[in-house]
Amino acid sequence: MTAPRDKFGRPIVVVTGMGIVTSLGGGKTDNWKRLSAGESGIKTVTRFPLDSMKTTMAGAVDFVTVDPFSSTSLSQRLAEIAAEEALEQSGIGSKGDFPGPLFLAVAPIETEWPQRLEVAREVPTKDFGIIEYLATCSGGKFAHFHRRFTFGSVALSLAETFGTKGSPISLSTACASGATAIQLGVEAIRRGETDATLCIATDGSVNPEAMVRFSLLSALSTQNDPPQAASKPFSKNRDGFVMAEGAGALVLESYDAAIARGARILGVVAGCGELTDSFHRTRSAPDGKPAIGCVRKTLADAGMEPEQIDHINAHGTSTPENDKMEYLATSAVFGEHTKNIPVSSNKSMVGHTISAAGAVEAIFSLLTLEHQRIPPTINYEVPDPAIPFDVVGNKARDAKVTAVMSNSFGFGGQNASLILTREPA
Amino acid sequence: MAEKEVWITGVGLLSSLGEGLDTHWDALGAKRVNADEKRLAPYVIHPIAPVSFDAQIPKKGDQRQMEMWQRIGTYAAGLALDSAGVKGNQEILSRMDMIIAAGGGERDLNVDLAIMNADAQGKLPPALLNEKLMNELRPTLFLAQLSNLLAGNIAIVHGVCGTSRTFMGEEAASIDAARIAVARIGAGQSDIALVGAAHNGDRGDLLMLYSFGDFALKEQHTSVWARRNNPGFAIGSAGAFLVMESREHAEARGAKPYAKLTKVVADLAKRKQPGAVTQSLQAMWPQLGVNDANAMLITGATGAEPATAEEREFLGQHPGLAVRATGTTFGHTMEAQFPLGLALAALSISRGALYPANDPTGLEVEKTEAPTQIVVLGVGHWQGEGMALVEAVK
Repeated sequence: MTAPRDKFGRPIVVVTGMGIVTSLGGGKTDNWKRLSAGESGIKTVTRFPLDSMKTTMAGAVDFVTVDPFSSTSLSQRLAEIAAEEALEQSGIGSKGDFPGPLFLAVAPIETEWPQRLEVAREVPTKDFGIIEYLATCSGGKFAHFHRRFTFGSVALSLAETFGTKGSPISLSTACASGATAIQLGVEAIRRGETDATLCIATDGSVNPEAMVRFSLLSALSTQNDPPQAASKPFSKNRDGFVMAEGAGALVLESYDAAIARGARILGVVAGCGELTDSFHRTRSAPDGKPAIGCVRKTLADAGMEPEQIDHINAHGTSTPENDKMEYLATSAVFGEHTKNIPVSSNKSMVGHTISAAGAVEAIFSLLTLEHQRIPPTINYEVPDPAIPFDVVGNKARDAKVTAVMSNSFGFGGQNASLILTREPA
Repeated sequence: MAEKEVWITGVGLLSSLGEGLDTHWDALGAKRVNADEKRLAPYVIHPIAPVSFDAQIPKKGDQRQMEMWQRIGTYAAGLALDSAGVKGNQEILSRMDMIIAAGGGERDLNVDLAIMNADAQGKLPPALLNEKLMNELRPTLFLAQLSNLLAGNIAIVHGVCGTSRTFMGEEAASIDAARIAVARIGAGQSDIALVGAAHNGDRGDLLMLYSFGDFALKEQHTSVWARRNNPGFAIGSAGAFLVMESREHAEARGAKPYAKLTKVVADLAKRKQPGAVTQSLQAMWPQLGVNDANAMLITGATGAEPATAEEREFLGQHPGLAVRATGTTFGHTMEAQFPLGLALAALSISRGALYPANDPTGLEVEKTEAPTQIVVLGVGHWQGEGMALVEAVK
C-alpha cells in the first residue's frame, strides 16, 4: 500500500483532472494526437492586419471565438473550456460547485484597443485630451468595460461559473505563471487548508499591441515563412519565440481525498521550486545560478536525486538566450546524467503560450507519463552544438518515463519548475 | 501542528503624505491630507509626495527602467527592508519570499491620445494602428507596465530573491498576498516574506477604467464617510510594504516586532445580491476572535457605492469600535489598500496609540487607550473582501 504522505510528512498532491486548449486544438485527445505526431499549430495571423509587423505568425486559437473580441474575453473562454474538461474528467464536486479555491494564471489585463477606440469615437470634442475622453468614459454607457477590464474580472467570472470557494487568486509570474498557479495549489493542499484546488492558466494575448510589445523587445522570431518552422528550440538558427494562445486546467487533490472518493489518479505533483533571478529585467544571469538553484530547489522539494529524472519538458522558448541558459543550468545540476535525459520543447509545436505555458506543459508532461512517449521538438534540423542535450528531435520517442521535470523561466527573473510523476514516491 | 506566530518586523511607507514612519505618524497626528483637486480636475487625486528616489534606488539606470508606480514600490520596499534590518543581508534576502499585489503600469498617454484622436477623425485605418505602435512606443515601456515587473525591480534593486509571486485583481490581490504569506509562514513553508503593493494615482490613463464604472470622486475632497451625495474614490498614491516573518526567525536574528499578524481572512461576496458585502463581513468577523470593547479598526473604505454603504452597515453593528478610514487621508490606493492598512495598524501598535480621527461625520471616534488589537478591513470597490487582525506582541 502506498503511504498517504510524502517523505516529508506532507499530504501527497495528485492530479485527477486535466483540460487543455492550444493552437493544436481543444481537449487532451486532439492535442496529444497532434503533439505526438509533431504537428505545428503556428500559422500566419489572420485576426488583425499585419502591416508594419516584423513578426506575422502566432499560435492563435482561432477555432474559439468570442464576441465582441478582446484578449481578456478570449482568455476567459479558453480557461472555461479547459476547466470544463478537467472537471468532467475529475468528477469532483458537482456542476458549479467546486469544493476548493481557484488559482488563476492570467496575463495582466487592461482596456484594449477596440474598446478604447469605441469610446474615442463618442468624444464630442475635436483634438480631445484625457479629461474630455474621461468624461465620455463615464455616465454608464461603458460600464461593461469596467466589468471586463478590471484585473480581477476573469477570476471573478470563473469563480462564479465553477463555484470555487473563497477568494480566487489571479497571478502573474510572466512566463512561469502556469507553474506558479500549480505551485500555489500544491502548497494549499500541503498546508491542509483544502483537499482540492482548481489551477487554471490561460492566455489569449495575440493582439496587435501585445505583439508589438514583444517585438520591440526583440523577443519574437521573425522567420515568418513558413510559420510552422519558426519555433525551433535548441537549433542553431533559432531567433526568438512565437506568441501563442491556450489554456490548461488541473484539478489537484490530496491523495487521501482522491482515493476516498475513488478518483482516478492521473499523476503526482511531486515537487515544485522557484528561485528569482535578479540579474536583469529580461536576461538571465550569465552563470545560470538562479535557474540552477530553481532546479535544485525543485528536486529537494520532491526529495529526489537528479538521476531519478528521466525526461525534461524544457522551457525551450527558441530564443537564443533562453535555450543556451537552460542547457547551462541543466548540465550544472544533472552533470553526467544530462546526456541520459531526453529533452523536448512543446513550444516547437504550440508556440509560447506565455501565462498558460507552465500549466499547458505540465499537462503535456502528464500525458507523456501516461503514454510513455515523449513528444518531439520539431524543426530540429540544425542542432546548436552549444546545446548538446539529447533533444527528442522531430519524431516522438517511446521511452520509459517515471519522473518529468517541467521548467518555466520568465521575464522579471521568474523561474519555476515542477516535477511530475506517475505514482506517489 | 501548531501554526507559527507571524510577526511584522519591517514597515515601509511612501505616500502622498511623505516617506517613512515618523513622517506618517506626524502627518496623521496633524490630520494632514494631500489631495489635489486641480491637476486632473474634475477628478480628485492624491499625488505622491516629492521624493528623491536615489536613496533607495541608487542607480539612475534602474530608475529610468521603471515607471512611477514601480519607483514608488521599489522605494517603499527598500524602506521596509531597512526597517526590518535586513537591507543588504544577502543570506536572508536570497531566501526571502516576495508576494506583490500589482496592477499595471502607466501607458504612454501621448501615443494613446494621438491614436484615439486620429481614429475619431477617421484618419486611422486598421493598418495604421500597428505602425503607430511599432514606431512610437518606447521599447522598454512594456517592462514598466508588466504587473510582475514591480517584483522584478525589487529583486534587481534590493536583491530579494527567494521566490517572487505577483497577485493581480485590484484590492483583493493585496488581501490575498497577505493571506498567503501568513499561511505559508504559519505552516513553515516560508520563514520570511516581503509583502506589499504600490499605486500611483496621478494617472489619467488609470482613471479610464474607473470612469467606465463612475467610481472616481469628482470636484471636492471630503471624508469617505461624507460622500453619500457625491460617492466615489479619489485615486491615491502609495507604496506600502511589510516584512513578515516567523517569531522564531525574528528572535533568532534579534529582530524587534512592530506587531504580530494573527490572522488574515478573505472572501468573494456575491455582490449581485444587495447586502452581500455586509453579510460577508459579518461572516468573517467571528473568525478573528476580536473583543469589540477593546478593538480598533482601520478600513480602506473607498467611498464608492454601494460597497461603502454596506460596510457602514456592518460597522454600525459594532458601535464600540474606534474606526479609521485610510481613504480620507490617502485616497484609494487600490492594490496598496490592504498593506497600507496593515502598515498603519502595525505602526499604531508600535507607537502605543491610535492616531486621531479625521471625520466630520462623527463615525470615527477618539480612543486614547493603547491598542492591543487592530482589525484591518478591506472591501474592494467592485469585488473582494478581507480582514486581518494585527495584535501587540505579548
